[in-house]
Amino acid sequence: MDIWMALIQMLNGIQYGLLLFLVASGLTLIFGIMGIINLAHGAFYMLGAYLAWWLAGITGSLGAAVLLSLPLAAGIGYAIEVLLVRALYKRDHLDQVLLTYGLILIFNEAQRVFWGNDVHGVAAPAMLDWSVKLTDTLSYPVYRLALSGVCGVLAVAMYLVISKTRFGMWVRAGASNRDMVAALGIDVKLLFGLVFAVGAALAGLAGAISTPISSVAPGMGDNVLILCFVVVVIGGVGSVKGAFLGAMLIGLADTFGKVFVPDFASFTVYGVMAAVLLWKPKGLFS
Amino acid sequence: MISTSVPKRLAILLLAVLTVLALFPVWGKLVFAAKFAFLMQKLTGIMILAILAMSLDLLVGMAGLVSLGHAAFFGLGGYMLAMLSPQYEAANLWLVLPAAVATSALAATVVGFLSIRSSGIYFIMVTLAFGQMGFYFFNDSKAAGGSDGAYVHVKPAVEAFGVTLLDLDQKLTFFYVALGAMVAVYAFLKVLLASPFGRVVSAIGVNENRVQGLGFNPRAYKLAAFVIAGGVAGLAGVLATTQYGFVSPASLGWHQSAHVLVMVILGGMGTLFGPVLGAFILELAHFAFESMTDHWLLPMGALIIAIVLLLPKGVAGLLLQWGKDKEDAT
Repeated sequence: MDIWMALIQMLNGIQYGLLLFLVASGLTLIFGIMGIINLAHGAFYMLGAYLAWWLAGITGSLGAAVLLSLPLAAGIGYAIEVLLVRALYKRDHLDQVLLTYGLILIFNEAQRVFWGNDVHGVAAPAMLDWSVKLTDTLSYPVYRLALSGVCGVLAVAMYLVISKTRFGMWVRAGASNRDMVAALGIDVKLLFGLVFAVGAALAGLAGAISTPISSVAPGMGDNVLILCFVVVVIGGVGSVKGAFLGAMLIGLADTFGKVFVPDFASFTVYGVMAAVLLWKPKGLFS
Repeated sequence: MISTSVPKRLAILLLAVLTVLALFPVWGKLVFAAKFAFLMQKLTGIMILAILAMSLDLLVGMAGLVSLGHAAFFGLGGYMLAMLSPQYEAANLWLVLPAAVATSALAATVVGFLSIRSSGIYFIMVTLAFGQMGFYFFNDSKAAGGSDGAYVHVKPAVEAFGVTLLDLDQKLTFFYVALGAMVAVYAFLKVLLASPFGRVVSAIGVNENRVQGLGFNPRAYKLAAFVIAGGVAGLAGVLATTQYGFVSPASLGWHQSAHVLVMVILGGMGTLFGPVLGAFILELAHFAFESMTDHWLLPMGALIIAIVLLLPKGVAGLLLQWGKDKEDAT
């Protein structure tokens, strides 16, 4: 593998890691703050992707579709929190697992009802649909770079919101001690609803902007869900910083696993996770 | 969370249901003439899943270990049967069954040893990781048929001194083998839980620190429970592979693990009979919805959500309440 090939794989790994981070950050916040193991989180990723594909077909612009799908994903997330999840905060974690498992079934089937079983692809916007030439034979698609850029900007924005704003303060406080936050008179119901909606929107956004580089297909949320759980657990549940590191680790492990040990590529991700957890049973940042 | 005894009224009801099930080959033929053979197969499969669900209940409901990789031991048991069976001859059940169960238990020893260091959501994820590793091992390796799965062309022979005791090819015989195995596993786990060992395991599920304070080593007990559950899952795997003559990597995957976990929670964890009911409710609802609509997952998801919202302790919780009401009244 020469240096250019390694660079390309490195960029792919980072891009994949950043994308995973968008989904996983919501998952880790929802668990850290609300104590909910949200199996339906991957469904929001799928929802985002299908909305983007569907709206891009209607509006003719992927950018517009992504912007339109954001409030939709957030709204659906908020509605689910208010209507269903809210009833289960005082119950066992396993009841929440069961509820969100039921939601996965409904989301997957609703997707089939509305959009059918076909696999779809979305073209990258014309402005970004070209490649940077690296050598005579190798080039790198600009869309992937733009994708990494968007994810990177969002990660920084998330860091600023969480560490510098009042809402971020609530979020941090909620992650370390939920009961105390409620006792201090913060509207916990609103906070939980917002966190759930933001998590859903981030997952939906990740699904939406990934449409030009991966196909829009039934069941696409399940794989992402499992990978994001791996990311969250590696990083330490509730830690956004940990989710970022975990996502990078998994993104790179997956990408380079496919290059070096193609037969056992799926193995590498779980191997990395098992290794991290045997070393630090509660993840990197806990 | 642990019910040491089942109220009398409920015990009678459950026995009655079991009797109706046992007599299905008699009355089913009259009621479901055309669909009878299919339903026999369906019920046999459900009883095997019920065994798997009970073994998971030992972990989830009793020891408080929520495993999302339990199907790995189920699939492994099935694969061992497939790999130990000669291609066109019957394997000797007395050899392959213990070998498969022992392999599953051995794998559970290794996985358990490594994963019980963690707890809570971390335990869920570590077991998920090991389960997925098992899935990819069989999915990607050529030795056991890869993603196509492995076949058992001839069902294992059950013989003693050259005399065939049971012909597992007979659907009726196999129905009763599955039923017998289900009842035997229930009885085994019930006795196990009543033993001093079982009481410690149950106590760990309630408060691990106190158990440790009393001088027991919770890790050793958790590991033992994990190994026993893995072995029983392996038994269920052997039965399932015998029934279908086929085992696929999907039987080890997280979907299968989650499916069984849903049976346990839906039925009512920590009750042993609850997960059995969960298996029947989930699978029969699946079958019923599937025959009504192509989009059967919609009512299925709605049913799961309705049960979790309306019945906090699963179906068994409702039944136990009903059983207790009567005892309180008298």
